[in-house]
Amino acid sequence: MKPPATRTRPAADRTQGRPAGARPPGEPRRVAYLYVLPALLVYAAFLLWPLLHGAYLSLFHWDGLSVGTWAGLGNYTQAISDPHLRGTFWHAAVLVFFYAVLPCCIAFLLVAVMSRSRPRGLTFFRTVLFLPQVVAMVAVAVAWQWIYSEHGPVNGTLRLVGLGGLARGWLGDFTWALPSVGLIGTWAEIGLAMVLFLAGVQKIPRELYEAARVDGAGAVREFFAVTLPGLRRELSVALTLTIIAALRNFDLIYLTTGGGPGDATRVPAYEVYNRTFNTGEVGLACAIGIMIAVVVFAVTAGVGRLVEGRS
Amino acid sequence: MTPATSRTERATTYAVLVVFAVIAVFPLLAVASQALGLPHPSAAAFTGAWRKGHFARYLTNSLIVVTVVVIAASALSVLAGYALGTMEFRGATVLFYVFLAGLMVPTEAIVVPLYFDLRSVGLDNTLPGLMLPQIAQSVSFGIFWMRAYFRSAPRALIEASRMDGASSWTTLWRVLLPVGRPAILTMIVLIAMWTWNEFLLALVIMNSNEDLRTAPLGLSIFQGEHQTEYQMLMAAALIVAAPVVLVYVFLQRHFIAGMLSGALKD
Repeated sequence: MKPPATRTRPAADRTQGRPAGARPPGEPRRVAYLYVLPALLVYAAFLLWPLLHGAYLSLFHWDGLSVGTWAGLGNYTQAISDPHLRGTFWHAAVLVFFYAVLPCCIAFLLVAVMSRSRPRGLTFFRTVLFLPQVVAMVAVAVAWQWIYSEHGPVNGTLRLVGLGGLARGWLGDFTWALPSVGLIGTWAEIGLAMVLFLAGVQKIPRELYEAARVDGAGAVREFFAVTLPGLRRELSVALTLTIIAALRNFDLIYLTTGGGPGDATRVPAYEVYNRTFNTGEVGLACAIGIMIAVVVFAVTAGVGRLVEGRS
Repeated sequence: MTPATSRTERATTYAVLVVFAVIAVFPLLAVASQALGLPHPSAAAFTGAWRKGHFARYLTNSLIVVTVVVIAASALSVLAGYALGTMEFRGATVLFYVFLAGLMVPTEAIVVPLYFDLRSVGLDNTLPGLMLPQIAQSVSFGIFWMRAYFRSAPRALIEASRMDGASSWTTLWRVLLPVGRPAILTMIVLIAMWTWNEFLLALVIMNSNEDLRTAPLGLSIFQGEHQTEYQMLMAAALIVAAPVVLVYVFLQRHFIAGMLSGALKD
């Protein structure tokens, strides 16, 4: 989500020609603070304060019970140098591929081969494609756990086509657990990307396509010359939203694999919980939480610039 | 463009849309058919899950949390968004960016300190302890959304109301809110959905009080207790997901517009 690039108009614009202090009746001044105050109080106490408190706690070694000891940036260096923790960041990168890169690429190519005219029933398709975004992750996890289970539909299909040898409990397999979880993300995010690109492609003037065809451009040239530039804005929004979804996926990991088997599907979002409540490394957990926030912040600020070339 | 190309293009378009629509709904349909015990339909799994999973209680808890969070967060967002969108005062821009930053703070970054803070003031394992952080998260989006609405509201409408001598409060209440119903509805459905689906906060804050579990937390506990009783698990998953999906079917436009609002702005 982007901050709209706006600035409050200088007060001079509106008070011009009036003697100072003589505003029209009802022109609000200090009353504005009264309107903002209630929201600010709740927001400061239950979001800003915990965030600052978390940053503070991340500077200590603390088990949550006894007195903490000063760690400086020790928790952060540990998060980067400890092979297990570094592994969780690597897993997050793999999930970014499955949650963001794969869905955006597939959706982009599909939308490119679709006709530019508004297909009939688009509202219906849009509703269905977007559906995974509104279903509680807990319910999604329960559904996919069954789909991937020993006697679930995935293995059923494999046996049906004579590939029964490949059948396995996918979420319990050291090699396949991470990609399997990733594909749940692909499933959830692909609709979001398609809905965005479908809306965007209809805003591209048809004349551009006609001009490209008159110039004898093939499908590939047309894609790079017209569709890709026309959908930059949508692409950057889709990438931002899906990358963030990949980084904030505690629910899905906790509910499908619990980080296992071994630590095959451990991700930073899961470690925040795990290190606090299972191993008593609260400072380290807070440091990982802050690192996730920093990455989310960087993605939000950076993807738009990279994709759209904004400065 | 020859009619033939356009016909092939149309066919491709529909083929792609149909294939991906099927992929999107397949897991949900599979869950539903499992839960209903197709091809021999029965409601046994639902009644079993409902009873053993205490879902009457958990759904009630979720409903209470959602209602309070939606009312409180909407009220706070409308008030603050109104001031930030229509009034000029020192610090308005800074305040707006402070609220906006909340959209980028993942729950993972605040859940641990929040747990210790709430515990130290005795709010862990209480409904207010679960509601207040979600109100705080919701006003971030709410203020972003309502400020955009108030900025887009015709300036003349506000000026005219002020010329009539209406106070800022009357202008908000009598003039802007009635016109702003669609924007407010979008905000309400999104906050309701996020609150209903919230899992991590419920898991951490309701760590020992079984009576106050929300529906998603109840489902995860139920899953732990009935690992492979798939039919009942699927019924439970449907019970938890259904309320949001039902609202979504009727108000999909609001959901999609709000969730993709980054794309709608220039």
